[in-house]
Amino acid sequence: MKEYRTVTKIQGPLVFVEKTEPVAYGELVNIVQSDGKVKRGQVLDTSDEIVCVQVFESTAGIGKDAGIRFTGETIKMPVGRDMLGRILSGSGKPKDGGPDIVPEKRLDINGAAINPYARASPSEFIQTGISTIDATNTLVRGQKLPIFSGAGLPHNEIALQIARQAKVPGSSEEFAVVFAAMGITKEEENQFMADFERTGALEHAVVFLNLADDPAVERFITPRLALTTAEYLAFELGFHVLVILTDMTNYCEALRQIGAAREEVPGRRGYPGYMYTDLASLYERAGIIKGKKGSVTQLSILTMPGDDITHPIPDLSGYITEGQIVVNRELHRKGIYPPINVMPSLSRLMNLGIGPGKTREDHKKVSDQMYAGYAEGVDLRGLVAIVGKDALSERDQRFLEFADAFEDKFVRQGHDEDRSIADSLDIGWQLLSALPEEQLTRIDRDLIQKYHPKYRK
Amino acid sequence: MEVKSKTKGILKRISGPVVTAVNFDAHMYDVVRVGNEQLMGEVIKIDGDKVIIQVYESTDGVRPGEPVENTGLPLAVELGPGLLTSIYDGIQRPLEVLMEKMGSFIERGVNAPGLDHEKKWDFKPVMKKGDEAAPGAIIGEVQETNIVTKIMVPPNFKGGKITEIKKGAFTVDDIVCKLDSGEEICMMQKWPVRVPRPVIEKKNPDVPLLTGLRILDGLFPVAKGGTAAIPGPFGSGKTVTQQSLAKWSDAEIVVYIGCGERGNEMTEVLTEFPELEDPKTGKPLMERTVLIANTSNMPVAAREASVYTGITIAEYFRDMGYDVSLMADSTSRWAEAMREISSRLEEMPGEEGYPAYLSARLSEFYERAGRVEALNGNMGSITVIGAVSPPGGDFSEPVTQNTLRIVKCFWALDAKLSQRRHFPAINWLNSYSLYLNSLGKYYDEKISPEFNPIRSWAMEVLQKESELQEIVQLVGSDALPEAEQVTIEVARMLREVFLQQNAFDAVDAYCSMEKQFDMLKAIRKYADLAYSAQKAGSPIAAIIAVKSKNELARIKYVADYKPELEKILSDMDAEFVKIREA
Repeated sequence: MKEYRTVTKIQGPLVFVEKTEPVAYGELVNIVQSDGKVKRGQVLDTSDEIVCVQVFESTAGIGKDAGIRFTGETIKMPVGRDMLGRILSGSGKPKDGGPDIVPEKRLDINGAAINPYARASPSEFIQTGISTIDATNTLVRGQKLPIFSGAGLPHNEIALQIARQAKVPGSSEEFAVVFAAMGITKEEENQFMADFERTGALEHAVVFLNLADDPAVERFITPRLALTTAEYLAFELGFHVLVILTDMTNYCEALRQIGAAREEVPGRRGYPGYMYTDLASLYERAGIIKGKKGSVTQLSILTMPGDDITHPIPDLSGYITEGQIVVNRELHRKGIYPPINVMPSLSRLMNLGIGPGKTREDHKKVSDQMYAGYAEGVDLRGLVAIVGKDALSERDQRFLEFADAFEDKFVRQGHDEDRSIADSLDIGWQLLSALPEEQLTRIDRDLIQKYHPKYRK
Repeated sequence: MEVKSKTKGILKRISGPVVTAVNFDAHMYDVVRVGNEQLMGEVIKIDGDKVIIQVYESTDGVRPGEPVENTGLPLAVELGPGLLTSIYDGIQRPLEVLMEKMGSFIERGVNAPGLDHEKKWDFKPVMKKGDEAAPGAIIGEVQETNIVTKIMVPPNFKGGKITEIKKGAFTVDDIVCKLDSGEEICMMQKWPVRVPRPVIEKKNPDVPLLTGLRILDGLFPVAKGGTAAIPGPFGSGKTVTQQSLAKWSDAEIVVYIGCGERGNEMTEVLTEFPELEDPKTGKPLMERTVLIANTSNMPVAAREASVYTGITIAEYFRDMGYDVSLMADSTSRWAEAMREISSRLEEMPGEEGYPAYLSARLSEFYERAGRVEALNGNMGSITVIGAVSPPGGDFSEPVTQNTLRIVKCFWALDAKLSQRRHFPAINWLNSYSLYLNSLGKYYDEKISPEFNPIRSWAMEVLQKESELQEIVQLVGSDALPEAEQVTIEVARMLREVFLQQNAFDAVDAYCSMEKQFDMLKAIRKYADLAYSAQKAGSPIAAIIAVKSKNELARIKYVADYKPELEKILSDMDAEFVKIREA
């Protein structure tokens, strides 16, 4: 392989090389430092005059004396069944002291878009055991549902609880977890790893770790490695894969850093104008394919800077993902776990996964009624602050109490409390029964007759 | 001397979807084949001897020095029998064919024509030898689904007397008609997507596009041939509303463009539409639908093109005399594709990094809507309904603002409403329709002369409620004067009974104009009875507690609602008699 020593400029994570043979766009590059250390990078821009290489590790130690080797192929990763149970670095190298991955296949980490015509419609209800998800924001196999959280909130606990408890009731198919950490702290890593080991989840898991002190640019490839692995496990080996990506905010920061180094015209708040497309190239790698056994379900976690849901990162994510689970600071302060605020939360695929034969016939209507009741109760809290509780009508007082009970009984549950969907819906009915019956306008009368505690023995 | 143009050049630079080639002749928007894999691209800038090309497929692995070939033709779509029920990517490659050729994932360098060139269609001439066939004239028909595709003389032909016309089964390439001008007509015609198809005249729209959605038909109607925008933050129900419109609007042809949106959503459309029935014909909805799916992870340049591909197909059906409705979900993703390409070209950015020509492109697109007299004298229309996805739900951003300057209907989605599961989450105070006047006559004649007044009444009540709500927020509803407490209750009924609609309920998903009118009249009846009882001094608590009115919400879910409605209304009379007697 030819080695070039024609580096002309180094800026942040970018290295510019001139007078090369034709180099392919997206090609994998090895950079040999004068001390013999080899770093990896990728071609971002190529012409017959100058080639721009993005280095996935720190550029510290790279000088004009570095040797540049173009490998002639785009970034591919070795994948194989024996990846299960392994812990890898953010760039895919073994981190657990084990042997290298025995490749069954080498796949392009950028993947390819699933042909919409080849997709099968997601329809299998995943029971997470968490009421605010199962009953009101149902997760469905093949869905991409992120958790929007904030700094200092227990999103990791929620993600772990989901990873522990998630199952398709009545199914015993092979499942796997692919976990990709981007820029998380060592402590967070310990938390995840301890839980994986405690529950024995590690043997079904592939873990990619890019920690806070690993190079930011590496974060650019970590989720792609994870998703390539997930697609291989799902669509070639038939696993039902749950991918957990955390924290997408760190990924976007890395994207901005690279964009700034390339002197691109920035979009909102300095993030690159193509961030939507870039995020889509990750989030859209979830789904089910007709005629293939497995599935990829994505649960990504992002922390909203300043708890601001209109910040570009949650905003663009929300436009791509199929809903969002929003973790709320106020509920957290009240000591409620999991502090999921159902109001801004949403699962777009909920209707595909619920109803008779999947969950229960009253599922949708109970959920809608609880939403409406909770929204009304929360509004009334504002009024109570001004006029006092006694000034409310009898009806309004009931709604106010409903909102409190909803948070206390329905939202609140234990870290290891695994509620079945029937339990969650029955808790819902219990709470709704405290409202005047004629206020239950979202529910058909025959369902009320069947499920309302008043009519049930 | 013959000037020989150089159709082949070589690649000089590759930067993502934008590549630079040198050493060949090109015109703006020529379609070129890039690299050894012959990726499809389009010329978007010419600078000295450099030709800048946007490529519709991923350019990973492409090197400087690889060849570029100019086809010399602009990006065009194939128009003819076989469009209906198809699903295409942004550059009219049938996704079904792509799947056969390359499996479940979309790989590169595969060429697939928009129409099936093997299949034979039964061509029935409607003109005969000796007839004069001008450009746009309908010379024959193909019964495709339950919809007839009309075969027209392409608008760019000279036209002339028919010297020969055939009948029978032909492929789209077979010549079915010859003219004395020497022109030969086959069933397929090609049309460049960036050029609007010509018409004789644009007319003012005066017929509503009935959608079965109460808030739209009742309060903010769009006209056939009109334009509407649905802006809203994520999760407010843009896509559900767009899909409801695609399902239930009384257009004859629906073109649905999934532009930079979710893959699973397109799958939902694909699985749902063949099963749903058109309320008018009883045939599967898919039979009147053309889908274009360029999901967010498919190449960004093809996303830019998808909107043009869609509207050109819509124009083709409009020229046959059909009422077409076109849904573009989402125009913001289209604008972002423009921004991405523009930034790769290192153009001077306008507002928020969008190119300075954003406004011009948007208005050019929406202007291709309209009710027109086609070249052949048929009246056809295209209604364009564009979803807008403003970042952070902020309507002051450039795409929303530039869209608002053009469209006549504004259906503002509201996250607050969707959070409390009020669907469709269209805010009745912020939304508007500028078609109310031009459509007034239609409502007077086709529905009832009482309809327009009752609509104004409903809007007034809702407006009044929002003012009263500000007071209620401060002092509680009991502190309001009694008449205003009635207003609050009537407004609540309007919201919960009339405006809320369940797109997932088999009956409620589509509401006929007659039922809409009956529902409004029933609410009006309660209001009249309540105000007069209140004036007569009956206790307000009893007026608001009238039980029968709570039943009104349930008739939404009843197909044969009339008997139930009558019972509710007579119960209501009886209850008010009791209240006044007490």
